[in-house]
Order: sequence, then C-alpha cells, then structure tokens
Amino acid sequence: MKKQAYDLVIKDGRVIDPALGFGHVAHLFIKDGKIAKIENDNISSRKKIDFMPDENVIDAAGKIVMPGLIDMHVHLREPGREDEETIVSGCQAAAAGGFTTVCCMPNTDPAIDNQETVKFVLSRAEMADARVYVVGAVSKMLKGEELSEIGDLVKAGAVAISDDGGYVQNPQLMRNALEYASMFNIPIISHAEDDFLCKDGVMNESFQSTRLGMKGRPAVGEVIAVLRDIKLCELVGGRLHIAHVSTAGAVEAIRMAKADGVDVTAEVCPQHFCLTDDMIGEKFDTNLRVNPPIRTKADIDAIIKGLVDGTIDCIASDHAPHAEEEKDVEFDQAPPGMIGLQTTVGLVKTYLIDKGYLSWADAIRKMTRNPARILNLPVGTLKVDSPADITIIDSDKKWTVKKTDFRSKSKNSPFVGWKLSGKVSHTILGGRVVYSDK
Amino acid sequence: MKLQSRHLLGLEGVSADEISLILDTAVSFREIIERPIKKVPTLRGITVLNLFYEPSTRTKISFELAEKRLSADTITFTKAMSSVKKGETLKDTVRNIEAMKINMVVVRHGSSGVPYFLTQCMDSNIINAGDGSHEHPTQALLDMFTIRQKYGKLKGLRVVLIGDVKHSRVVRSNIWGLKTMGCSVAVCGPSTLQPYEVEKFGVDVYTDLDEALDGADVVNIMRIQLERQQSGFLATQREYTNLFGVTAERLKLLNKNFTIMHPGPMNRGVEITPEVADGKSSVVLEQVTNGQAVRMAVLYLLSGKREEEE
Amino acid sequence: MPKDKIETVLDKKGINRAITRISHEILERNNGAESLVIIGILTRGADIAKRIASKIKEIEGVDIPVGLMDINLYRDDVHQKLDQPIIQRTEIHFDVVDRNLILVDDVLYTGRTIRAALDQIVDFGRPRSIQLAVIIDRGHRELPIRPDYVGKNIPTSKDDRVMVKLSERDEDDSVLIEKSGLKADDTTPAKIKDKVKKTKAKPKKRKGGKTK
Ligand SMILES: [Zn+2]
Ligand SMILES: [Zn+2]
Repeated sequence: MKKQAYDLVIKDGRVIDPALGFGHVAHLFIKDGKIAKIENDNISSRKKIDFMPDENVIDAAGKIVMPGLIDMHVHLREPGREDEETIVSGCQAAAAGGFTTVCCMPNTDPAIDNQETVKFVLSRAEMADARVYVVGAVSKMLKGEELSEIGDLVKAGAVAISDDGGYVQNPQLMRNALEYASMFNIPIISHAEDDFLCKDGVMNESFQSTRLGMKGRPAVGEVIAVLRDIKLCELVGGRLHIAHVSTAGAVEAIRMAKADGVDVTAEVCPQHFCLTDDMIGEKFDTNLRVNPPIRTKADIDAIIKGLVDGTIDCIASDHAPHAEEEKDVEFDQAPPGMIGLQTTVGLVKTYLIDKGYLSWADAIRKMTRNPARILNLPVGTLKVDSPADITIIDSDKKWTVKKTDFRSKSKNSPFVGWKLSGKVSHTILGGRVVYSDK
Repeated sequence: MKLQSRHLLGLEGVSADEISLILDTAVSFREIIERPIKKVPTLRGITVLNLFYEPSTRTKISFELAEKRLSADTITFTKAMSSVKKGETLKDTVRNIEAMKINMVVVRHGSSGVPYFLTQCMDSNIINAGDGSHEHPTQALLDMFTIRQKYGKLKGLRVVLIGDVKHSRVVRSNIWGLKTMGCSVAVCGPSTLQPYEVEKFGVDVYTDLDEALDGADVVNIMRIQLERQQSGFLATQREYTNLFGVTAERLKLLNKNFTIMHPGPMNRGVEITPEVADGKSSVVLEQVTNGQAVRMAVLYLLSGKREEEE
Repeated sequence: MPKDKIETVLDKKGINRAITRISHEILERNNGAESLVIIGILTRGADIAKRIASKIKEIEGVDIPVGLMDINLYRDDVHQKLDQPIIQRTEIHFDVVDRNLILVDDVLYTGRTIRAALDQIVDFGRPRSIQLAVIIDRGHRELPIRPDYVGKNIPTSKDDRVMVKLSERDEDDSVLIEKSGLKADDTTPAKIKDKVKKTKAKPKKRKGGKTK
C-alpha cells in the first residue's frame, strides 16, 4: 500500500498564527505529528486534499485554526490530591478547553521542589491529552525559607519556578531566587500578594467586604508585592513574571517597569476580567472565592487596558480544582480557587474579543507565542516542523457552561450556567485529535 | 402587611413597613412578658433549633426564652468552631438535624453568609442570630424597638454607634435598620476599626468622640474586644478609654432626653463608665427585656411561612 | 348563581337595645356590679365591652374594669396560614382572680374564638366564673360553647357573611347579613366542607366590617 503523503489536513479554516504573522484562510497539512505545510487554496492544494481519505480531513470552514493554546498557569493536584484532579484528568480538561500545553504549579503534596517529583509529573504526563511543563518551587516545601535545588529542577525539566499559592514574603529570599534562577535563564512566577496585608482575607477589600463583614484582601497588598518584586528584579536582573494580575495598581506598576526596561512579564485570568466582588453577596458562592480575589469594575477596565496595550503578555486560567465537599461550606472556610481550563476560551471570546478589546490574533498571541517565549517552550506556533499542536475554534458558536461537561475531576466553577460565545471545535496534539466537539 | 421573606437573614433590604410590622407585633409580645403566666400556645407543635457555633450567653438565652414563651419545642446545639473544622461539615450537620423534623433554625456562626448558606441546604425558616461581622438583625430590631418605645418614633432621630465598627455585626444591622426607618446615623471609633469605605453606608464617620456626640439623641456603645490590641488595631486599653470611653462629662454634648444603649456584655470602665451605664438615661436592661419580645415577634411572624406557591 | 343579598338584621336602635338588655341581665345574674370585670375580644368585641361597661355605669353608677384581648396567639389554626395575623395589644390591667368575668364578642359562630379566649383568660388567673355575652349568635357551633347573654339569634347558612358595624370604627351601627344565595339543598355536609376549605385557603379581605 502506498504511504500517504500526509496524515491529516485541516482545510478551509482561517489560520491565525501571530508567531508567523499569518492570518488568512488556508489548508494545514500534518505529517508524523508535525506541521508539514500551510498552503493557500489553489488547484494544487485542492488536489492534495482530494487524494486524502475523508477521515483524515477536518473541515474547518468558518472556523479559526490556531497553534495549540498554552495555559501557563494550572494546578493539576497530582501528586497528593488525586481526588480533585490528576494529570490525566487535568489534561483531558485542557484538551476540551483548547489547550495543548499546560504548565503545572508546584504546590502539590509533596511539593514539586525536587527532581524526583518533576520526573514523576512528567512521566505521568507522557500519555496525557496535553503537554505538561513543570514549574518548580522557589523554596523547599514552598515554605519561603530556603531555596529549593533550582539547578536540579531545571535539569529535570522545570521551565520556571514559583511558590504560587503564596508570596515569597522574605525579600532576601526573593532576591536570591531571582539571582539564582538567572543562571538558568528561567523566570520566577510571582503570586504577588503581601501576606501581612492579606492575612485571613477572603475577598477584595472594598465597600463589598465592608458590607458583608468579611476580612478583605486589599488591592494595595498586590501592588506592594508587585512593586517589591519589580524593584528586586531591577536590582539583580533575572526574569520576573507576575501571575494573575488583578488590580489596576499592579497593571500600572508593570507598565512603568516595562517602560523602564525591567524584564517583567505578566498574565491575567478570566475571573479578573469577568467577575466583580459585588457578586459575592448575592449567594455567597464559594466558587467566587479565589486568590487574588475578584475585584472591581475599575480594576477590570485597567486590566483590559493592560491587555490591549501589551502590558499584560498572557492569559492563563489558574485552573485550581477543589473537591465539592471542600467548597460546599461557609464562604470563609472554603479553599480559594476555581477551575478554568474549559471556560477560558469562551470567556476570552465573549468578554474580550466580542467586546472589541482584542482581535483574535491578539488573544491567540497571549495564549501561544507569548507564554512560549517567556518559558522557552518549543510550541505555540504553526511553523513547519513544529509539533502539530493545533486548536480549532468555532468562533461564533453559542454555548452554555454545564457542570456535566467539565472533564476536570472537580467542578468548582462560578461560570456554570453562563452563556458564552466561541467554542473549541477540535484540539490536536502532535497530530492526534484529542478533542472534538460533539 | 406581611414579611416578604420566610427567613430573617439581615436587615439590609428589609423595608420600613416590614420593620414596623415586626416592631408593632413586638409591642404586643412585650405585654405577654409582663403577665403572670408568660406564655402563649401559639407555636405549639413547632420545633426550633438553636444552632450556636459561637459562644453567646445572652442571645441564646433570649431566643430560648422567646421560643418557650411561644410554646415551641426547642433544642439548642452549641459547637465550638475549632471542633467543627475537624468534624463533619456544617451542611451535613444541619441536614442531619433537619431530618429530625425541625421547622425553624436560629443560627449564630462566625462566618458571614452562613444563614444564607442554610437556606440553600434546608427547608426550615432561618433566623440569623449573628453571622461573622455581617449582620445581627434581631439585636438591631430590639435596639430600634427600645428607641421607639422611648421616643414614640424613629424618624428624625440622631443615633451614634460607637466602637469597633469594622468587626461589629450589630453596627451593620443597626445602620441598615436605622437608615431605613429615617434616622440619621453616625459611627465613631478608632480609624483602625472603621472598615474600608464605611461612609458608603450613608453614615457620618467620626474619629473624635466629642464631635460625634454633639447633637445626638441616642448613643449605642459597642463592646470593645480587648484582643484587638494584639492584632495591632489598638494601642492600649487605657488609650482607647481616653479617646472613646463614654463618660458622664461627655454626655453634656448630647441632646436633652438622650438615651444610652449597649448591646452587652459591657466592659465597665473601658468603653462606658459605670456612672453612664447605670445612669437614668441608660436603657441597657430594658434592651434585654425587649429582646425577648422582638424575638418572639420574629419567630411568630416567620413561623409557618413557606415557600410561596405560584 | 343568584346575586348575594344584603339584609339589615339590627339597626342602631336595635344594637343599643340589645346592649341595654344584656347589661341589665348581667347585673341581675351577678347581683350588681361589685364582682364584675369585663373583657372584650378585639376589635369589635372590645368596642361592645366598653359600651356595656358604660351602660352599667349609667345603671348602677359603678366603674367596672374593662380589658381588651387579642386572641390570635391562642388560635388553633395559626399553622395553617402562610402569613400570621397581625397581633394587637392585649390590655388587662386588673386581676381576674375570683371575679365574675364577662367575656364579650360581637358574633358567636363556631366557638373557636371563644375557646381561644377562655384559654388565654386562664393564663391570667382563675376567675370565679366566666360568662359570655354576644350581640349575634349565628349558630353552627363546632365546640361545646353557649352564650349567657345574646342580643339576637340569627339563623344563617354557613356561607352567609355576618357583618357587625360599630360607629367606633365604621360609619354607623348596624348588623348586616350577606346571604350566600345557595339553595337549601346545597348545604349538604360534604359541600360545606369543601366551601370552608376554600375560604380557609384564601381568606377574603375584610372590608367595611368584620365577618364571622
Ligand atoms: Zn497564585
Ligand atoms: Zn495558581
């Protein structure tokens, strides 16, 4: 039997790859798990497609074809809380959400602060439906006391370090970490919230926290933490990435730092451009409890401005699964965090693209090229010979978020019941279709 | 006139008509407390669960008495928060208890929003007896009852709430209730104990006690938790007393026919001098008696109220 | 269905005569006013109680203590309603122990109101006797209760509405009956039960006088 020239073709889709500066209707040919070529529609390309068996052709007419999306901030809970999420289930959720690459945070149990755990996670990810890159811990057991073996972590495959879940409160330790990590050219991802100002806080400090009598996490807690990290980065060099920016003040601080030439990058999560703190008093929904907390309309406006002018480089989910019984409790007793892998694309489309703030190309850049550059990942582009990680989105498809559709083991999403526009149609990982809609 | 909700979760959003209905009904119950037999058979067959996750002697006793005076069957469940964290969840606890066929729940809990949470996992009528720093509606109702008893009205009176505004659910419920009833409300306390954007409640905010007292009719003094010192909100008790302690000397700033209130328990000599606490303008004990009448009224008005069927 | 018909049963003079007669009967039965206290059931029973007391004062020159009583807290149907009736203030500022207590209401019907009132009185103390005075007895008792003093007996159907109007709170004194328009054979027990159930589920708004 004659070997086929291509394994898979995605035809007639609008192909958008900011890394290539590409953005028009074309056919995408895949061979041996890699991108073989992108061709415009013409007699020759048509002919190639016509030769292929139907099952190897994906019709993407009217849809957008993009590099497989990267979520640079997720929590996969394995090892330690396999009841909430496993690497396999988290990657299934990623695939259903259009993400072919995820970066998992080290606050597992045991924490990813050593080579063995990095290797364990990577081995579990081998057969999963998404590529998993590991973020190692800044400090041993994330305690903020002693540096972890960062060199070892990098050798085992870690692409960044972070004590996410908490702030590296000790400025001397943060300084050392920035200096130390710069030897390996990896960024430090900072969960920037000052422990003292935000201690025991369960929601944004505002009139809403005053009204509900809840302990607040003031915006300034984030701003101060961001400013300190920026100043340390400015002093000692190294690369700083601010996770889940939630305040207008932090956006402004990052904007000024970038203007001053500090090597700082930043990400935002959908909850910080879709949700406001006045929603908490409606039903005390513990799925709205997240760190940093959901803020105000003014913060959302500033975040959107930051996304538009490039101050904010990336969009990530901070997918944080929690067991139902842990969330079905008193508001201030619930652990912070919400899942997001399967809602991010719809929320970006509905709240950023449909509202005219970002083009598809802008949004894709913040979920492919930019995170790939920050973390030195060999993915995030449709360049010939790169891994055939591809996401196809039915851009105008309306859908309702349903709990039963979540592939994550946890269902803690405040977006259940929301009507969104823009749904993942296919997710292709290394040439293998890992998700297709319906 | 009737209550809009089958629960009493707080006074935010409760209308003036509804508050008046509760206070008017409480007038009738106040009379029952003076009878030789202080009991009516109204809630026979109704079982009320008092769910107290925080230590509270006064509120608990007041509710228990109110229930007993209405002939309800009562059970009281007290649990320290520390043991709750390890044991079964709140939801499991209340569902188990409700399976024993109870009709109403009076709940005191350290977390804001717990009364609402209970409405989502039980069928009983829920009465908030204090949730975190959020609301304590029956305390505010009894405060308003006591004020109205003395002045015959609420509208137009100037009420000053003094103390730890930040952590006080009594202050919040009082603000909502008093504002709805047409009072002019001021809060006064150290700026560290004023919550963020407190002025958005529509109250005047003072850090100078003398300014706050000037021209007030009613002074409602909150208990100051002495452990606030450790959290860095206060310097010393001595300094607090100097700045915010209500003394006889300072009462001269008030309107004639002024009233001193305190939800108790009092720290005599800290936020209030014994002279003021026991003075002829103090209605502190009257508040305690009125508390029963108001709680009887709330229990009565909510009892048997079910989900409106359409 | 035939239109409801409203009839006047007692006019101002009739009510006045009834009150006068009841007052005389009370004095006669109790050998004067010395031992008497009088308690009216809110709202119109209380109005009548006050009228009887002033009539007795006219006759004997004695002030007898008058109390007012809201019986809603002693009703046996409070749990069946969605919204509790508004409670008015009970005012009994005297000792009932060892007195001859005259309980007054406007209309005697099922007897359940009187049962509630008796229970409440007992909680205030132990009178020597309790005697019941009403302006109208319309029959249909559901409890073993009978009046000691009656202004007028009126045969009614269960679906009729009897309205007592008093100048204290209405335009004028009168007792009206609104006939239900049901034929005699409609008052079979089963149908009555049905009707009663219906009216219980949705109590009619009281307008221009109290229906019993
Ligand atoms: Zn974080
Ligand atoms: Zn995170």
